[in-house]
Amino acid sequence: MSGRPTTSVVGRVRGRLEGPNTMGNTNGFWIAFAFAVLVFAAYPVLFGASAANRIAMFLVFALLGVSLCFIWGYCGILSFGQVAFFGVAGYTFGIVTINVTNYTGMTLGIVTAIGVSTLFAAVLAYFMFYGGVRDVYVTIMTLVVAIVLHTFMQQTAGSEWAIGDARLGGFNGMVGIGNLGIGVGDVGITFDGVAFYYAALATVVAVYLGLRVLVNSRFGYAMIATREDEDRTEMFGYDTTFIKFVTFTIGGAIAGLSGVLFVTWGNYIDPSQFAITAAAMPVIWASIGGRESIIGTIAAAIAIQTLEFQFHDQWALVIVGSTLVLVIVLLPNGIAPAVRDVLVEHRRPASPAPSEEVGD
Amino acid sequence: MFEFDLYRVLSFAFQFLDSFAVIVLATVGLAIIFGMMGVINLAHGEFILVGAYATTLAFHAGAPLVLAMVIGVAITTVYGVILERTIIHRFYGRLLDSMVVTFGISIVMIQLTRIAFGNSLPQISTPFSSIGFGPYSYSTYRVALAGVALLTLVSLYWLFTRTDFGVRARATMQDADTARSMGVDTDRMYTSTFAIGSALAGLTGALYAPARSMNPEMGSGFLVEAFVAVVVGGPSVLLGTPLAGGLLGAVNAGFTTLGGTFIGQVAMLVAAILAIRLMPNGITGLIETIRQKRRERA
Repeated sequence: MSGRPTTSVVGRVRGRLEGPNTMGNTNGFWIAFAFAVLVFAAYPVLFGASAANRIAMFLVFALLGVSLCFIWGYCGILSFGQVAFFGVAGYTFGIVTINVTNYTGMTLGIVTAIGVSTLFAAVLAYFMFYGGVRDVYVTIMTLVVAIVLHTFMQQTAGSEWAIGDARLGGFNGMVGIGNLGIGVGDVGITFDGVAFYYAALATVVAVYLGLRVLVNSRFGYAMIATREDEDRTEMFGYDTTFIKFVTFTIGGAIAGLSGVLFVTWGNYIDPSQFAITAAAMPVIWASIGGRESIIGTIAAAIAIQTLEFQFHDQWALVIVGSTLVLVIVLLPNGIAPAVRDVLVEHRRPASPAPSEEVGD
Repeated sequence: MFEFDLYRVLSFAFQFLDSFAVIVLATVGLAIIFGMMGVINLAHGEFILVGAYATTLAFHAGAPLVLAMVIGVAITTVYGVILERTIIHRFYGRLLDSMVVTFGISIVMIQLTRIAFGNSLPQISTPFSSIGFGPYSYSTYRVALAGVALLTLVSLYWLFTRTDFGVRARATMQDADTARSMGVDTDRMYTSTFAIGSALAGLTGALYAPARSMNPEMGSGFLVEAFVAVVVGGPSVLLGTPLAGGLLGAVNAGFTTLGGTFIGQVAMLVAAILAIRLMPNGITGLIETIRQKRRERA
C-alpha cells in the first residue's frame, strides 16, 4: 500500500486511515464500507422507524464492542469491565438529566457522563497498571469491578438512594432519563426516533474512522508492540505502562459514550446491563468478529444481537454460546481475519497478508 | 460501641468458618486447574452446578444423601473429562482464549440447565440441626463444612507432595517438555489433573446441594469467590488457597457481622482488589519474594 501518491487530499486522508494495523486497506474495502454505510443510512427509509429503532440499539452495542476490541485486540488487555464504564456513564447521564430537565441538562449530561466514565477508567487503569497488575489478573480485576458495581446498584432500590430528584432505583432501574440532545436552556435539538438512529450511526462511523487513525499512528504501533511483547517494547524505551493506561482510558471513554447512547435510547437503565452475562457480551462480539478487527467486532455485535432478537426465546443464549465455543476452537482470531485472508488470497496471491505479526 | 460481646464473637467465628469453607471449596478445583494447566475455567461455577444438580436429582430419586453426593461427584468428574478431551485440551497455556471459550461453555450450560430443569429444583433439607447461642443460631452443617474444606486441602497436599502421581503432576506443571522426555505421559497428567479439578467442583456442588437454593445461576455465586481467591492466593495454589480463604473469609465474616451480607460481599471484593494491587502476584508470590530476598541477604 506504500506506492500510493500522498499528494492528493484523498490520498492523504487514506494515508492516515490505512496501515498494517487495520484490516481493509484496499479500494474494494472502502467501496464496500461506503456501500454498507449507505445501506444503514437508507434503512429507516426502507424499513420504517421502528425497525430502525431496533438497529439503533445494536449500533450502540457495537460501539461497546469497539471499546473492548480497541483495548483487547490492539493492546492485549482483556477487560470484562467495559459494561461498568457503560453503566456508570448511563447512570450519570440519568442523574444529570433528571435533575436538569432542559437542553442544558442534556448537553451537561453528555459531557459529565463521558467525563465520569473516562475518569473511572483512568483511575482503575492507574491503580492496576502502575501497581504492576498484569495479564489475566487485569481481566479478573475488571470482572470484579463490574460485579461490585452490579451488586451495589442492585440494592439501591430504597428512596434514600437518590441524588437530587434522580432515584437510583436498585434492581427496578432508573426511569425517566432524558433524551439525547444538545443545546442551552430551551434552545437546542433533540435526537429522537429516526434522528437518534442517525446520531448512533454517525457516532459508530466516526469512532471507527477515528480509531483507525489512532491505531495506524505511532501510538498505535506502540500499542501493538506492547501487546506482542511488553518487556521488549519497554527495552526499546517505550513507557508501556503509560501506553496501557492511555489505551484503557480511551476504551473507557468509548464505553461511556455507548452508555450515554444506551440510556437515551430507552430513557431507562437497570443493573442487569452490567451483570456477568452482560459483561461477557462485548467479549463474545469481539471474539467472534475478530478482536483485531474493529469492523469485524461491529459486524459481529450487530449480527449476534439481531440473531438474539430473532430467536428471542430460551435457545438464543445456547446458540450464541455454542457459536462462541465453535469460533474460538476453529478460528481463534475470529471471523474477520479469516474473511480477510480469503479475500486477499483471491485477489493478490503473491502479496503476503498485510497484518501478519512480525515473527521473532 | 464495640463492647465485648460473646454472642457477637461467636457469630463472627461461625460466619468466618462458613465463609472460609465456601471460599476454599469453591476455589480448590479452579486453583488446581489454573496452577497446573494455565487454564482459567470460567465454567467452574457450572461444574459445581452439575455436581449440585446431580446430587439433588439422585437424592429425590431415592438415594441416601451420602450416596447422592458420591453420584454427584462421579458425574461431574466424567463430565469434566469429556469436556477436557473434546474442547479444553486445545487451550492449555492460552490463558485469555481459555477464559473466553470456557465462558461460552458456561453460558450454554446455564441455559441448557434452565431449559431442562426449569428455574429451580426443590432443595434437599439441610442435615443436622443448628447451633444455638443466646438469641442467635447457626447451621451446624455449614460450620462443619469448614472441617471438610480443611480435610480436602490436607488430602490434596498429601496427594501432590507425597505420592508418585503428585510428583509426576508437579513435574508436568514445572516443565512439560522435560517431564515428557523423562517418561511422564503429560497428556494423561493433564487429563487426570483436570479430572481432579472437576471432581472437586462436583464435591463442592454436592456439599452445598443441601445448603443453597438450586437454580441455574447458582454457579456464579461460587465463581466470584473462587476467582478472587485464586488471584489473591497467587501461584502456589495449595498454600495460596487456604491463605486467601482465611484472609477473604475474615474480611467477609467481619463485615457481614457488622453490616449484613451485602456489606460483607462488597468488603470482600474491595479487599480482593486492594490485595491484587498491593500483591500483584498474590500472597504466595509475596512470600516467595520475601524468601528470595532473605536468601540473597544470607
